[in-house]
Amino acid sequence: MADTSHGIGGLTYDKSKRSLPSELNIFLALIIIVVIFEILGQVLPYMNNQSFLFDTRDRFDSIFNEARLQIIILQVAIIGIIALGVTQVIITAGIDLSSGPLVAATAMIAMSFAQTELVNGFPNPKALFGSWAMDLPVIVPVVIGLSFGAFIGFINGTFIAYFRIPPFIATLGMFLVCRGIALWWSGGNPISFPTEGYAWIGSGMMPVVWFVLLAIVFQLIMKYTVYGKHTYAIGSNEDAARMSGINVRRHKVMVYMIASTLAAFAGIVLSSKAVTAQAGMGEFYELFAIAMAVIGGISLQGGRGSIIGTVLGAMVLGVIRSGFTYIKLDGSYQLMAMGAIIISAVILDQYRQRSKA
Amino acid sequence: MNDDIILKTVDLTKHYGGVHALEGANFELRRGEHVAIMGDNGAGKSTFVRQITGVEQRTRGEVIFDGKPVHFDGPLDARRAGIETVFQTLALADHLDVPDNLFLGREKTKWDWLGPFRLLNYKAMRQDTLDALEKTGVKIPNIRNTIQNMSGGQRQCVAIARTATFHSKLTIMDEPTAALGVQETAQVENIIRTLKEQGEPLILISHNMRQVMDLVDRIVVFRRGRICANLRKEETDGQDVVAYITGAKTQPEYADAA
Repeated sequence: MADTSHGIGGLTYDKSKRSLPSELNIFLALIIIVVIFEILGQVLPYMNNQSFLFDTRDRFDSIFNEARLQIIILQVAIIGIIALGVTQVIITAGIDLSSGPLVAATAMIAMSFAQTELVNGFPNPKALFGSWAMDLPVIVPVVIGLSFGAFIGFINGTFIAYFRIPPFIATLGMFLVCRGIALWWSGGNPISFPTEGYAWIGSGMMPVVWFVLLAIVFQLIMKYTVYGKHTYAIGSNEDAARMSGINVRRHKVMVYMIASTLAAFAGIVLSSKAVTAQAGMGEFYELFAIAMAVIGGISLQGGRGSIIGTVLGAMVLGVIRSGFTYIKLDGSYQLMAMGAIIISAVILDQYRQRSKA
Repeated sequence: MNDDIILKTVDLTKHYGGVHALEGANFELRRGEHVAIMGDNGAGKSTFVRQITGVEQRTRGEVIFDGKPVHFDGPLDARRAGIETVFQTLALADHLDVPDNLFLGREKTKWDWLGPFRLLNYKAMRQDTLDALEKTGVKIPNIRNTIQNMSGGQRQCVAIARTATFHSKLTIMDEPTAALGVQETAQVENIIRTLKEQGEPLILISHNMRQVMDLVDRIVVFRRGRICANLRKEETDGQDVVAYITGAKTQPEYADAA
């Protein structure tokens, strides 16, 4: 048989030929941003030679500024949990705008089943239900909250997959519905004073623990399971996925359910951390979650992106926020600068994709 | 029923409203046989294939596949029964690599009790991919490359290798080399020869006379929705086939088609 191969070599599986993971770029960007803030700290006249990265107090046990690192991670952890789900949705070429209000609605619903009967010996002033809903084991509000999230995701996914409503529209509708549910649940009143067990979920560095744990679990799932492979396949070429025998519609419903369940969990953690639930919670969370995924190198056309990328994207967003505060940039400028950074991240990524092809 | 026949259609007909796109097609394909379907644009070639693969539902007639009358609800149904189609628009996922695409929808897995979260057996799939590519003579520099980084010929080869990997009972190719360069076309043709050697039956839709004369055993010509000729390769030549395509000639047994 004539050799008509037009590539070099024959059949190979060569590990060394694997291209560098695209997440490396985001990691480099993260380092560059940290270095920029470090330099700004030294250069800007009003900063008095402070350090962004290093410990400026003379403690011998540490060289890094752990306090700042902790705050950065803590700030991004809760939105990061949402972003893990949003990442999966965007990989299927979808979008989920409903996660922010879902955080609020879940916070309200879960918290109403997590209240204590007595606060300092007096009846709970914020009690929503009678004493039957007081001092329940922590598993009850958690299961109720997660089930509510899964239900919302089921509706999102069903409308998108079976009724062919564009994901943007379906989840925009759910965005308003969930905000409505959050307000209606307690007539707009905050719900407070959770049980000790419930307060533990979001106490201290627990949000970070949940975020890291879930990130690892979903990174493994996306990379090593059939679920992950089919999620990428659907976003890459939905027709091909269908022709290959994948039940695309059922799979999409599952992806939206997982995303909404993660958002609901974020709502539980947030209300626990704040020790209160309010209908206005989670504002812009859905957009920041999408921004994390976008900075992390996801493609809104689907098929491309990863959990690690989103985690790094979350870190970038956290470092930028913390850095702007550190150089005493006003909040209004922070928003403008963050918007500019998100757009330039996408421009850079598109340029990189084109030059690679 | 002759066991030697893998696919048979009787009076296969498709009307789109008043348009008679396909009219009374009687067609037979033996095991191991490679048949080309030729004809002008709109002659009914693709319509014929779409009725067999379940992409469309026929108006009338019978399809007998592997000895049994079949009625596919969709292309997936046909695929499960063992009919693999390589479409003009390739059904590959651009962001996945070669093993992923070969095994898409029928992955090798471990820990199946995990349901949708069962683990992928990457190692086994990689080895099977290498075996399949070797079997079909496909040469791809690095199977870990994603499809989007591949040339048109390589993509076509991956699509064809997929049909060979799963021992399909019948392969249908709809103009597999229409968009390819000379070298890439040669590569695809080599794979088709390999399929022939392995006795895999094939229906090839092609406009390329040289290719058809090179590769297949038999040529079936469609004209205005009807079969107008059934020619053994040895008994015909390019000019003859063109005469049938254009309508200058019609075989006596198909005379009512003209």
